[in-house]
Amino acid sequence: MRKYADLLFQFVSMLTLVVALAALATLVYDILADGAGRLSWTFLTTFPSRNADQAGVYHALMGSIWVIGLTAALALPVGVAAAIYLEEYGTRSRVARFIELNIANLAAVPSIIYGLLGLGLFVRLMGMGQSVMAGASTLALLALPVVILSTREALRTVPSTIREGSYALGATKWQTIWHQVLPMALPGVLTGLILALSRAIGETAPLITIGALTYIPFAPDSIWSKFTVLPIQVFNWVSRPQVEFHTNAAAAILVLLALLLSMNAVAIIVRDRYQRQGRA
Amino acid sequence: MSTRALEWIIERLLFLCAALSVLTTAGIILVLAVETFEFLREVSVVEFLTGTEWTPLFANQRFGVLPLVAGTMLVSAIAMLVALPMGLLAAIYLSEYCPSGVRRVVKPVLEILAGVPTVVYGYFALTFVTPVLQQFLPTLSGFNALSPGLVMGLMILPLVSSLSEDAMRAVPRGLREGSYALGATRMQTALRVVVPGAFSGITAAFILAVSRAVGETMIVAIAAGQQPRLTANPFVPVETMTAYIVQVSLGDTPQGTIEYRTIFAVGMLLFLMTFGLNLISTWLREKFREEYA
Repeated sequence: MRKYADLLFQFVSMLTLVVALAALATLVYDILADGAGRLSWTFLTTFPSRNADQAGVYHALMGSIWVIGLTAALALPVGVAAAIYLEEYGTRSRVARFIELNIANLAAVPSIIYGLLGLGLFVRLMGMGQSVMAGASTLALLALPVVILSTREALRTVPSTIREGSYALGATKWQTIWHQVLPMALPGVLTGLILALSRAIGETAPLITIGALTYIPFAPDSIWSKFTVLPIQVFNWVSRPQVEFHTNAAAAILVLLALLLSMNAVAIIVRDRYQRQGRA
Repeated sequence: MSTRALEWIIERLLFLCAALSVLTTAGIILVLAVETFEFLREVSVVEFLTGTEWTPLFANQRFGVLPLVAGTMLVSAIAMLVALPMGLLAAIYLSEYCPSGVRRVVKPVLEILAGVPTVVYGYFALTFVTPVLQQFLPTLSGFNALSPGLVMGLMILPLVSSLSEDAMRAVPRGLREGSYALGATRMQTALRVVVPGAFSGITAAFILAVSRAVGETMIVAIAAGQQPRLTANPFVPVETMTAYIVQVSLGDTPQGTIEYRTIFAVGMLLFLMTFGLNLISTWLREKFREEYA
């Protein structure tokens, strides 16, 4: 009897996993079925339009690339510097402990709250307007906790013997970090950055809140341009009642997912090379 | 410049970058507080927190936030009914039953589930789940709380399962072996030894999941509707706090008006709710770490 209960329980708990994975498969299938037929080179290279069958995602795709590029440029140096401080300098100090707790909490603040911060601080107070710069600054703050946490993990994998060897040769703390520790941790740092960015590229709510436009007929040409991004374009199309626009939304989702997958592929390749180097 | 001075400067610079996270928190609180304060000069706290009508965008303005809170609670509750039991069972399977080969395949796939942009889930809820549900529930309206709730549960499930699994794996092997030695089955061991042993870790995961659901925006903005309504009926359109912020942001509400300030007041409430939940979750996880330290 007990044995059957055990088997039944095992079956039910396995079933939950199967259900979750089947739901994922349904989601992917549904979007492919809706949007794959709409994908074409023209769809990628034309601007939005009132006519669903003539609309494209060029402006949104370019907007996403601009915003994510700038987000990376802002979040990488600051995030890595913060992680170095917490991991190599501030360990065990009370201030560092407080900062750590704060980062853990920030990582769980809803993204739309970052949008309100961006609206109040970057768009209004600092006068950036609804620019690529304001959007990227907001997303950089959102990505920072993830970059810091993954960089710290990468720094922790560098053996302490490397640091001690460098000190023994007379190097200072910063020289040791810059010339020995960081290069060794770099692949881990980059993997973490790409994962943080792949989350940021799908963010919609904070950018809507700072007022990124939903209809914009041009691609950004500087960091002060107004912009829109792929997820906002998806939201715009899916919010319309006409089914033809839903088809466009599904196709734009496919473009977004393709972008996401290629970023993750890069992260996996980097991690893979790193692991092989570690073993060699 | 001497090496020593340079080292000192670099350390200060690094510290500034680390301190930026504290400034971010301070910035969030300040931005929200300033506008909320201005808002509360025109609307009393009592009216805001206990009013049952929310119509800031209509001619007859009412500022009772309860309908938005109710919408948020309703969708989150539905999401938790999916994510908590399924996430916990999935975690038990992965930690106690699953062969390591299967685990290596399943875990990354679950991570994909967590990495799908929320706007994609919104599309899925509106254009697939709602029509399918309408086949069985003819009274279900096109926008409702049920469909985004279910989809949100699916989105949060990996968070619950992965954090719960981590907690269960931290329970020492010896406890399991003791249980097996007494003749317990794997189910008895899982439910009476491992889950109680990982209780605070699992609770921390559950609370974090609630916080995620409360702050989730795009799924509800797309599939739940834009009608603030004080109801527990999952079949009719509702509006959550997050969806309201999106709705106002999409319009062109001029800065400095009371309509503009409402999104900061609602945001403040949302921030306080999620921040409180996150603090409890962090505290529980610390406690759990101490138990097996």
